[in-house]
Amino acid sequence: MYQLNQVDKKFPGVHALKSVDFTIGRGEIVGLVGENGAGKSTLMKVIYGAYQPDGGTITIDGKTVRFQNPRQAMDHGIGMVFQEQSLITNLTVAENIFLGFEQQFVRWGVIDWKAMTAAAKRQLAKVKLAIDPATVTSKLSFAQRQLVELAKVLTLEERIDGDLVILLDEPTSVLAREEVELLFSLVRELTSRASFIFVSHRMDEVLELSDRIYVMKDGAVVDVVAQAEAQVEAIQHKMVGRDVDKEYYREQKQRPYDASKVLASFDNVSVAGKYDGISFDLHAGEVLCLVGTEGSGREAILRTVFGLEKPTSGTIKVKGAPYARTTAQEAVARGVGYVPRERKVEGIVNGMTVYENMTLSQMKNYSSGGVLRIAEEKALAEDWIKRLSIKTPDVYKDCGGLSGGNQQKVVLAKWRSGGSDIILLDHPTRGLDIGAKEDVYDMVREMCDAGAGIILVADTLEEAIGLSHTILVLKDGVFQKRFDGSPGDKPSLYDLVHHMI
Amino acid sequence: MAITQTTTRAGISRDTLVKWAPLLVLLVLCAFFAVMEPRFLSTRNFARILIAATPTLMVAIGVTFIIIMGSIDLSMEGAVSVCAVAFAYCFLWLGGTLASWAWLAIPFAMLVGAVLGFVNGLIHVKLKIPSFMASLAMGFVGTGLAMVMTGGDRIRIEDELFRALLTERIFGFPLMVYVAGLFLLIAWFIQTRTTLGRNFYAVGGGEDLAVASGLNVARVRIMGFTLAGVFFAVGALLAVGRIGIAETATGNNFMFLSITAVVVGGTALWGGIGGVWNTLVGVLIVFVIGNGMVVIGLPGYVQDAVLGLLVILAVILSTDRKSISFVK
Repeated sequence: MYQLNQVDKKFPGVHALKSVDFTIGRGEIVGLVGENGAGKSTLMKVIYGAYQPDGGTITIDGKTVRFQNPRQAMDHGIGMVFQEQSLITNLTVAENIFLGFEQQFVRWGVIDWKAMTAAAKRQLAKVKLAIDPATVTSKLSFAQRQLVELAKVLTLEERIDGDLVILLDEPTSVLAREEVELLFSLVRELTSRASFIFVSHRMDEVLELSDRIYVMKDGAVVDVVAQAEAQVEAIQHKMVGRDVDKEYYREQKQRPYDASKVLASFDNVSVAGKYDGISFDLHAGEVLCLVGTEGSGREAILRTVFGLEKPTSGTIKVKGAPYARTTAQEAVARGVGYVPRERKVEGIVNGMTVYENMTLSQMKNYSSGGVLRIAEEKALAEDWIKRLSIKTPDVYKDCGGLSGGNQQKVVLAKWRSGGSDIILLDHPTRGLDIGAKEDVYDMVREMCDAGAGIILVADTLEEAIGLSHTILVLKDGVFQKRFDGSPGDKPSLYDLVHHMI
Repeated sequence: MAITQTTTRAGISRDTLVKWAPLLVLLVLCAFFAVMEPRFLSTRNFARILIAATPTLMVAIGVTFIIIMGSIDLSMEGAVSVCAVAFAYCFLWLGGTLASWAWLAIPFAMLVGAVLGFVNGLIHVKLKIPSFMASLAMGFVGTGLAMVMTGGDRIRIEDELFRALLTERIFGFPLMVYVAGLFLLIAWFIQTRTTLGRNFYAVGGGEDLAVASGLNVARVRIMGFTLAGVFFAVGALLAVGRIGIAETATGNNFMFLSITAVVVGGTALWGGIGGVWNTLVGVLIVFVIGNGMVVIGLPGYVQDAVLGLLVILAVILSTDRKSISFVK
């Protein structure tokens, strides 16, 4: 009844959806799986009207529709239950459920709270949640909020005549096992009134709940399997299956690391709510890759090494000694450099020049008594612009005006020129074109040759395998398995995925 | 405004326009008043504008650093009053003339300003109170403190050496203008040549990034408020030098004038953009309007309304509203 035909979506430099066909029937539960960046979220955004497709059509019961915004999609019965919960926490449950649709309760210009509360009660009954609609949302547990979100989406039932399509984006990621069971039985019951699209990283849950499963990879649907014939292994192969080009990841330049020199070590370290009991050693010349799904604790480990998270238990040693104070300054002083995922937010300062950005973490080395030696700063910048062939007209260029790849080079130059030898890379190639990616891979190899140790959270699994000496697989904050990644003896994608989900 | 529109048509980028718009506005204003009343252009009148503007310039430079960090400091009225009164008491107590040890009252007043700013910054950073609220409260504390110290009295400073700030003229401009110029250069030096100045821009341009680069953001903030306090003290000294009286009311009007000047000068309220030269232009715009309206014979109270409109205009002009989704 709801159909996408040959839907295409392009962003600058990325072909996010490649002529995707997608169908969902009345009362059906459809699963959607794929790696990070496979195009799942783009597809969902097209479905619920946040993005408009560049090509192809969307039809409901054979009629072509076009949504300018999520509200129009809602008017056609399409609702979204968000992963990051979209409830406004300082409003009551009833207010949240009817947010934006209060008009139905307005009498003489004021809201009839009694009517709204009664209506909210009816909605909550649909999801079997026995709470007072006047409760402030922040008082609810995550599981309860998830159900309130669902109740909110189900208000479409009363507003819309046609059928409903409800998207569930990672609804189980914050739920305990029994809460998941509860949600699933609820969803199954609700299929009498609505169809569901279920997106999850947890393969077993997708298999358990869905009637059919769409497998996405690189922006295209690579397979559609019915529940009866679905097998976890087969689906995982489809999700990743691609040959790895050794040349691309500079494997020929990968040298064994210096096992005698430990730069940083984790001994049974935990951060409450993020990860638990993680141990590893980072050696000079080693690329250590943390692999896991979003929220598996990879980023939190990087942030711990950089002093942004305080471990609740366990010991961290950086250059042989624990941090005296857990701050980023302390980490920088020990030679840790952090290349964050959000370049625009944490990587470079927009509005500051290339040389100002490069010396930001090491101004002490370029100043005497608080007065900067700007000539030296510029010399440094010119030197690194040449070494990394950064494309910028001069050192005065506003860093915000550089391309993504060149911004990333400036960030790397910032840490390397300051002598950092523990480099934390969080998705260093995200949003870069192929040439710029290869430059980053080259830099990774050069840093290793120079004796630096790198902890990497890679953008794709191929990248993780291609670049790393050691791979640690994490799942839900718990260590799963360690792989050795020497050239010629690298684990396969399938090996990793198997332990990730 | 006519000029800015034609330059846009000539194909000058928005950034260039935004950068030079305040100066253009200043020149257009001067031209406008000069046409209305030729006497506006005399050295005598310019000296009058500058004398009036110098204390505000100092205060505005202080707050510029804070605004570059993306915070705001509203404590200037209280700080100026306290510094002025503290200076006056110390000056009279130590002898009442610059020729004696009483000159020590000048560094003392600056120290008082620094301490006020330091406390202000400490409250903002350590107690995690928004700078807007912390500094506003500190400002009222300062005004109250000045009132307690003076009991509502005016303290006269009649030392001729100190009053030379106003009375002694070089090329038609009194000494205080040159003193202000000197402090402007110092501020410029701090802004461009010191790690502290660089850090202000880094914190304002991206606080997350500053943290991720290992900067001690809390320290930068506290230092910023301390520095602002010193400049408020210099403003207080010039204000006392100008009228020869220190009292609780010495600090009046500085808040609106200095913030207006900073904004009109093109320093962005969300931080990271602008600088002391912008503030100089902004202060001049504010005082040229004030002076020009008197010169062409408009009532003084129209001035506030015009300045208010000017602030809104300046923010509209300098904001790229497409990139901002929410305004609070």
